[in-house]
Amino acid sequence: MTATAVPGRLQNRPTIPCSEECLLRPGNTNCGGCGMSVGLTMLGRALADAGDTCTLVIPACCGIVTAGAFPTTSYGVPTIATTFASSSAVASGVATIRDLNAEPGQVICWAGDGGTYDIGLATLSAAAERNENIIYICYDNEIYGNTGGQRSSATPAGARTSTTPRGKIEDKKDIMSIMAAHRIPYAATLSIAHPDDFANKISTALSTTGMRFLLLHSPCPTGWKSDPGDSVELVRLAVASGLFPLYEVYDGASYKINVEPDGSDPAEYFHRQRRFEDEEIDLNAARRACSDRMQRLHALAKQYPADR
Amino acid sequence: MPVQVITGNHAAGYALSVAGEANRTARGVACGIYPITPQTEIVEYVAKFPFSKGRVVPVESEHSAIAVSMGASMSGARAFTASSANGLAYMAENFMVAGYYRLPIVMVAVNRTLGPPWNIWADQGDTLMLRDFAWLQFYCEDNQEVLDTTLLAFRLAEDQRILLPVLTCMDAFIVSHTQTETALPEQTDVDRFLPDLDLPHRMHYDEARTLGGLAWPHEGLSMRLEIDEAMKRVPDVYQECRESFTDIFGRDPGDVIQRFGTDDADLVIVASGTMATTAREVVRRRREAGEKIGLVKLKMFRPFPDVALREACQSATRVAVLDRNYAAGAGGIFWQDTRAAFQGHRDDVLIQNYLTGLCGGDVTPAVIDEILADLTARAEAGDPVWMGIETGRETLQ
Repeated sequence: MTATAVPGRLQNRPTIPCSEECLLRPGNTNCGGCGMSVGLTMLGRALADAGDTCTLVIPACCGIVTAGAFPTTSYGVPTIATTFASSSAVASGVATIRDLNAEPGQVICWAGDGGTYDIGLATLSAAAERNENIIYICYDNEIYGNTGGQRSSATPAGARTSTTPRGKIEDKKDIMSIMAAHRIPYAATLSIAHPDDFANKISTALSTTGMRFLLLHSPCPTGWKSDPGDSVELVRLAVASGLFPLYEVYDGASYKINVEPDGSDPAEYFHRQRRFEDEEIDLNAARRACSDRMQRLHALAKQYPADR
Repeated sequence: MPVQVITGNHAAGYALSVAGEANRTARGVACGIYPITPQTEIVEYVAKFPFSKGRVVPVESEHSAIAVSMGASMSGARAFTASSANGLAYMAENFMVAGYYRLPIVMVAVNRTLGPPWNIWADQGDTLMLRDFAWLQFYCEDNQEVLDTTLLAFRLAEDQRILLPVLTCMDAFIVSHTQTETALPEQTDVDRFLPDLDLPHRMHYDEARTLGGLAWPHEGLSMRLEIDEAMKRVPDVYQECRESFTDIFGRDPGDVIQRFGTDDADLVIVASGTMATTAREVVRRRREAGEKIGLVKLKMFRPFPDVALREACQSATRVAVLDRNYAAGAGGIFWQDTRAAFQGHRDDVLIQNYLTGLCGGDVTPAVIDEILADLTARAEAGDPVWMGIETGRETLQ
């Protein structure tokens, strides 16, 4: 028997340098108009600007399909695939050993809404409660996109999915409030329609320690049944109408609204996606919800302003 | 080496802790922990241990406990955890992943009945449910064996020829909560026995590799074959680890199967865990009375030691396989693998299955005698025999 029987591919493996600037490499097979892909690009650029590095920890979702097939990968940084519910637990172990060995770089979970709002919520909640030194980014396309478009608890009311063929009845879960209630150092929402705000928030996250949660509104033309060219415009409308406000919560206690809605009617947002059938959307209720959402956030930001 | 009167759980907690501490000169140690009766004392022990370079992460579930350990292991640290019964069932998805990722994690499992009905007593069905997931499995019969096997498990798991996780098992309460004299090795000796962990496929923060992405069928198949090759090396590598263990600690941790009186035996009992302790006493008594009866204790179940088992049963014409587990619709799991080990090699052995001690029942010397009487009297092998069912049936009526 030889002294070692480790497969040759493990013994003399070449070094593959990282490239944060090119976190998502060209040649990946993601859909046109995919918000997650734009988000990855923006994340990579923000990391490169800050001179920081990262290890991605990705559960089952489009994000890990993005890597492509062995032995190639679309990711320009170290990337670990985990089971659906486990990214924040695996990341806890990775970050622990990084910190014990005083190594640089961020450990970033990159997970869809299924892995965040649904199957991974207990794991995420526990990691937040332990204030693990990780960044958790949920790219929220409001659907189980990887399996072909089933409802998640992030799917908004009225949206048709393959498991809500007559439109979802329940409202979207308010994950930001859930995460803020854990009193984590930093929670914020992101939009690919607001790249400067996106970069600022990544920068804030990079300079904060402990659990950081970022929620990215991530258009999915396949699941939303929208024009790929409309993706950025759709999430811009979501911010402008108050459907998806851009704000930050520090220590679960103080609030800052980053982009004020301009009074745009959310009707346009619904009309441009075929997942919403006009007759199934109660536009007045949607308008009221936007107004209530912003009213509540304004009250919080006024009562508990983030002094930043 | 100090000898203390401690429980099996304490022995396991001690072994996991000093093994973890031994990696302080390398990338350290981390583990996720979660309590479940009857293994809770193990995770309490490691939570109290003052690791020089380590962290114990108390998580919200068994599924996450091993996930934290996997994250640590992927990062090149030593990692372990402990669980039992329904906890193992809940952990199963990530348990499987640890094996296929070739992570040398060590887990101590206290064998407990899977509910319902609610039951905290010994039954091996929990770890045997996980038998096909690229983990090595060892079944121990006393506290010293738990401690020694757990230490040896790290050496074996981390050997560059193996790189597979190891499960060390003990019977609920009979071992986990029973105090016996146990020799506790010194940290300095453990440091000598367990070299710094060097995991060849670990993640590096400055290398752009993707671990666990999609692989095409021919590549996935090759990776499964590599696991098979590693499994086949286990018996030889185990002997090396065993010799080194004996040199350093002055005590033999025991072979993968342990024979007692098998050289001339007509009848052989195949048993594992504490059933083997009881069976050995019965065999000893009856051999003194002149009967040609032997015992094979199966310590290692994965990989299955088929060659050693056949050798041990060379003189036997009748074999009783005792199973403290039941695969519904099939029978005892040790029995199935024992039959498979003989298939194509010998067809002159009567191999009979006895389901005993299930759901925490006692396997007493009287039960062993009853089994031997049945084995001696029968003309041919039949369906698995359920032992000790009369009283339970009465209550159910």
